Amino acid sequence: MMQDPYASTRETTEGTVYSVTGGDWDSVVTEIGATKEERVVVNMGPQHPSTHGVLRLILELEGETVTETRCGIGYLHTGIEKNCEYRNWTQGVTFVTRMDYLAPLFNEAAYCLGVEKLLGITNDVTERASVIRVLMMELNRISSHMVALGTGALELGALSPMIFAFRERELVLDIFEMVSGLRMNMAYIRPGGVAQDLPEHATSKIRETIKELRINFKDNAKLLIGNTIWLKRTKDIGILDLAGCTTLGITGPVLRATGMPWDLRKTQPYCGYENYDFDVITAETSDVYGRFLIRMNELEQSLRIIEQACDKLDVLEGQPVMVSDKKIAWPSQLTLGGDGIGNSLDHIREIMGTSMESLIHHFKLVTEGFRVPAGQVYSAVESPRGELGVHLISDGGTRPYRVHFRDPSFNNLQSTAAMCEGSQIADIVGAVASIDPVMGGVDR
Amino acid sequence: MSHDKTLNKGAFGVSGTGDTSGYGGLVKSNAKPGSSERPFGSYFDEVADELERAFPEFNDAIEKVIVDRDELTLHVKAAHLFETATKLRDTQTLRFEQCMGVSGAHYPEEKNRELHAIYHLLSMTHNRRIRIEVSIPDANPHLPSLVEVWAGCNWNERETFDMFGIIFDGHPALTRILMPDDWPGHPQRKDYPLGGIDVEYKGAVVPPPSDRREYQ
Repeated sequence: MMQDPYASTRETTEGTVYSVTGGDWDSVVTEIGATKEERVVVNMGPQHPSTHGVLRLILELEGETVTETRCGIGYLHTGIEKNCEYRNWTQGVTFVTRMDYLAPLFNEAAYCLGVEKLLGITNDVTERASVIRVLMMELNRISSHMVALGTGALELGALSPMIFAFRERELVLDIFEMVSGLRMNMAYIRPGGVAQDLPEHATSKIRETIKELRINFKDNAKLLIGNTIWLKRTKDIGILDLAGCTTLGITGPVLRATGMPWDLRKTQPYCGYENYDFDVITAETSDVYGRFLIRMNELEQSLRIIEQACDKLDVLEGQPVMVSDKKIAWPSQLTLGGDGIGNSLDHIREIMGTSMESLIHHFKLVTEGFRVPAGQVYSAVESPRGELGVHLISDGGTRPYRVHFRDPSFNNLQSTAAMCEGSQIADIVGAVASIDPVMGGVDR
Repeated sequence: MSHDKTLNKGAFGVSGTGDTSGYGGLVKSNAKPGSSERPFGSYFDEVADELERAFPEFNDAIEKVIVDRDELTLHVKAAHLFETATKLRDTQTLRFEQCMGVSGAHYPEEKNRELHAIYHLLSMTHNRRIRIEVSIPDANPHLPSLVEVWAGCNWNERETFDMFGIIFDGHPALTRILMPDDWPGHPQRKDYPLGGIDVEYKGAVVPPPSDRREYQ
């Protein structure tokens, strides 16, 4: 028989290694069944449809039971933190937005809050800019939770919730596109405020979308909440109690599922979250089902915050969305021209026609950027996955000395072993999905 | 080498002021915040007092205290790191029960304190945050591992080892985590070039970002 290069076996000091791809499982199972070996180590991923991205799970199995689990990560490492050290502070936004790609606005917000703290301009950010940030972050929370729910259900074999979840996410992405021009990685939040004001009639469009979302959310709720199969796959699965969460540094829905009402929006408010009326959702079960319920119920809380933000924005109409310091804000306020490109004719007229000084300043600010006083800060926001912390060090220059992201997915993924060891293989998929790791954020 | 940030030269390689716009002269302060004196303000005095009470070797272990931008940083000597961390976690009045992360930093110009490890601590009980910073020489980059104090430090320490080459003694499995196992060097160090490949287009060559002109 011809040797299949994609399903080969070879002997190593640790035993026989089988390479399995696609549909040749039967032959491997037969071969393993014939040996006396009870203990099998399986590599699940990194290219696996149920590991929530390029996550490699190394499982030690005794039959169907998992005795040991380890994660292999780093497959999506892109060196963003290092790259930031070679760009100015504003350009950093474009990099960090690509870390946790399902929650780009949270990366931007955490980073910009840090830069503002370093600059000492936290209180100069206008209220309108802060409200827009809150509005965008909460919309982003919905779109992120939609992916968590949709792919989580898909990985456990439920297809319809994914269809509904992505339909809802699309509505939110349409708003992102209307506001920032981009659906993902929008680099919309900038140090000092946001890139541009909301377009006309944005709040009324958002209110319409909220109405639609509220109705649509019921579809998934009806499909999953109380569903017998869903309950069997999620209830009492992947348990991690408060002590485990504390020592492992776990935050977000996984922590709140233990009954701990820890939400940075309430406990350490930023961007004016103390002025909004919303509830922190908790569950008591510490399992996959509890985390699922938390995400479902947080959708409604996000909608409440968005409604309040829209009301505030109507009152704050006309307020600037950037700090007045033109060294930190972009020298010109770009608007969309007829050619579809951002432009500011008045500004060009000034720098090219009337003021040499303006031209020099424009050139220096755009090429070099502004200087940030030396020091270090840590700023944290509550992302859909937990505490997203940014540690920034400045040496007084125009570029960061060090940018470090404490991504919640990275820390939360550490709990895989604690959640999965001793369970069945099938339950690992549910447990990992309930952590909702985004590998772009884990590996950065 | 142009990617060596310590050179701190002007735009387009200009030394001296060279700046005719006046822009560069507006803000130019590379001075890091110095150590702070009491009172520190906010809850920082209480944290320092409680730690001093719980920890007899406080004065020996804490090199300096910096309060800057409403954040407290305790600079701890490497030899006392484990004990300080344990006290910060266990003392009833402190209760820093979560270590949010370990972040490294490389200061090649600080002789015998080139590598820094920075721990961000959170107390959910008292709703407080502090930071502890340890500096060690590049020649002997050893720190005690804090995995026994906060299990969550496991991956964070692996990342800091991977990126900076700090060796955490007592770590259960100190291996690379983000870079491939056989990767040479520690990429986040300042003397490690950004890399990249030359892009040729119609005879022009675009150097990797680390070799482009510096603005500082």
